[in-house]
Amino acid sequence: MNKVNLTIDGRQVTVSADSTVLEAARKLKIKIPTLCYLKDINAIGACRMCLVEVKGARSLQASCVLPVEEGMEIKTNSPLVRTTRRTVLELILSNHNRECTLCVRNSHCELQTLAMEIGVREISFPGELPERPVDQQSPALLRDGSKCILCRRCVALCHQVQSVGVIQATERGFQTTIEPVFGKSLNEVACIFCGQCIHACPVAALQEKDERDKVWKALADPDLHVLVQTAPAVRVALGEEFGLGEGRNVTGKMVAALRQLAFDRIFDTNLSADLTIVEESHELMERVNQGGPFPLITSCSPAWVKYVEHHYPQLLSHLSTCKSPQQMMGALLKTYYAQIANIDPAKIFVVSIMPCTAKKFECQRPEMRASGFQDVDVVLTTRELGQMIRQAGIDFPNLTEEDFDEPFGESTGAAMIFGVTGGVAESALRTVADLLTGSTVEKFEYEEVRGLEGIKESTVQIGEQRFRLAVANGIGQAKKLLEQIVKGEKQYHFIEVMACPGGCIGGGGQPICKERIEKEKTDFPIERLKALYKADKGSTWRKSHENPTIKELYNKFFEKPNSKKAHELLHTAYMKRPLTPKE
Amino acid sequence: MSICSCQNKKFDKLREIIAEKKGTAGALIPVMHEAQELFGHLPIHVQSFIAEALEVPMADVYGVATFYSAFTLEAKGTYSIHVCLGTACYVKGAQAIVDKLAELLHIKVGETTEDGLFTLEATRCIGACGLAPVLTVNNEVYSQVSVEQIDGIVHKYMEMAWKDEEDGNSSTNS
Repeated sequence: MNKVNLTIDGRQVTVSADSTVLEAARKLKIKIPTLCYLKDINAIGACRMCLVEVKGARSLQASCVLPVEEGMEIKTNSPLVRTTRRTVLELILSNHNRECTLCVRNSHCELQTLAMEIGVREISFPGELPERPVDQQSPALLRDGSKCILCRRCVALCHQVQSVGVIQATERGFQTTIEPVFGKSLNEVACIFCGQCIHACPVAALQEKDERDKVWKALADPDLHVLVQTAPAVRVALGEEFGLGEGRNVTGKMVAALRQLAFDRIFDTNLSADLTIVEESHELMERVNQGGPFPLITSCSPAWVKYVEHHYPQLLSHLSTCKSPQQMMGALLKTYYAQIANIDPAKIFVVSIMPCTAKKFECQRPEMRASGFQDVDVVLTTRELGQMIRQAGIDFPNLTEEDFDEPFGESTGAAMIFGVTGGVAESALRTVADLLTGSTVEKFEYEEVRGLEGIKESTVQIGEQRFRLAVANGIGQAKKLLEQIVKGEKQYHFIEVMACPGGCIGGGGQPICKERIEKEKTDFPIERLKALYKADKGSTWRKSHENPTIKELYNKFFEKPNSKKAHELLHTAYMKRPLTPKE
Repeated sequence: MSICSCQNKKFDKLREIIAEKKGTAGALIPVMHEAQELFGHLPIHVQSFIAEALEVPMADVYGVATFYSAFTLEAKGTYSIHVCLGTACYVKGAQAIVDKLAELLHIKVGETTEDGLFTLEATRCIGACGLAPVLTVNNEVYSQVSVEQIDGIVHKYMEMAWKDEEDGNSSTNS
């Protein structure tokens, strides 16, 4: 690629000819403020924050969409740029609902940060506030149009990364709104509740449905036995809520904090992840014995399941009937645990801490009542748990590490990597390899399915059987894979899909990662990924079926994998859902 | 029902139009124009049909439909009366024409008469300032209109509609 030389604020820089002025400036570590720009996804020059002065040009130019030219002379901090930038920001702020102290994104808000950096002290335009109602009909997500600055980053993410495309800019001028068709709620359209739009949003126009109060209420109720379970991806991200750095494994501190919050028992979703793997591996083996149908597709990502229900109902029979680990745990707690602990399941309240917003929807699906009650009562995201810990005045960074409670505290490295793309496939292979060969296979790390790449493919030889498998993360990537399967271009035995880029570590309920925007860290969950593989390596048990608690569960309760009882409690069914909302 | 078969024919036609345009750059807007011509407006089921057939998100179709004033989500009357309220027409008394029409038809601007015959719209400059004040009824242009002429214009279309009904024709635009 040809190189181009230009001058920015008196400094020379050489960049490839297809760069923009914004990219060239960032190479020089010159910070040009942006709001609508999202690397690789959204460069539309809409917010006008990135205006720069170009020598010889009639007016200021939006640097995010301005291609570099040889000999260009750019000023990013001239009096004209400063004044204009401030005016643009004031105009954006003039019709933004500036209730910062009440806002979920307070201190994590890009608009707030920008106002602070630019030092806006007054707004010269007493702008009208647009009338955009709050959409809180869905069980998972909330849209607050009064906060929206129309940057369209959520639209870009929903369409380009997730291929879901349920929101768009509608109307025009001051009436412009980002919304689903015909002003419907996200609950009425084919939204999959992945919550990736929350990460794209610079402000708080998109949020999870805050359910902390339900949990506080349960914790204060002396008649309730309140249980909590935590997903693998939460423990490697929760520390970020307390400034402990990216990808720090804070399992012990997290358990200690949950105990201080007065949960009666603290269990590990990793245990039920092991259970999922054993059930799903047997499902796969059954299909191998029967010669199909293939591929078997994982079903632990509720956003992914909902996507298939809307877009590929013809493939629903390919989804594993296994419930997700959180739902298996819920069913187990209100049956087996209730029995051994001799507690009325009606008095058991199950809370899940998940990296996920779609789990809030999943736990409310009518099928998820195997115990006769709603198996999981409330799902909180990693962010909501962080908020509860702060609210309770717990000094999280200095907590002494504690262990999960028995009997559901024991888990394996295989369960740990459930939280990262490729992890479920690898864990399943570990178990399938031992089951098929009837031995303990020594080489059980499958490097080829690891990493953040969108689609990973591999062929694995186990005994007589060759397994062709594929792993996708992000719905856009999964869609590519499904299209190839539908057209008959590719055949696989097993496919793992996680709806969020990177898998659950990059889930819609995870802490807002500043690095992702500020440092354009597109591989942002990489530290969380490393932490999970490290935890796997350090685990006593590395294969799900070796977990002693799992063995005991089958001995005492389920008899064997895929038994009638296992099917009643641990498996589920799916339904076709419409693409078009009702009129 | 006859409406059903008539709707089916329209969808068949729309399917043909889409087959022709699919794959070409910027197919969405021309397809939406043709769909509106066929159905008179773009209700939810028409937009979802377009989205599915063109393989674009329905949110994109809706976004375009609400952005351009040329598209309408609601059924319009058989005859759409557009009164130009551009500067020249306004100065020449277009507001009085709008008021007269509203009084005569018992509707406000943007509304459709109960019998589904007339829709009253106020438009921006249509570029016929030399003929001000101007109104259009479907594709017919009336220039240098006076308030006194309004009664006659409206009755002309009412009579056309009655005649159509007597002849047993459907009352759609041609």
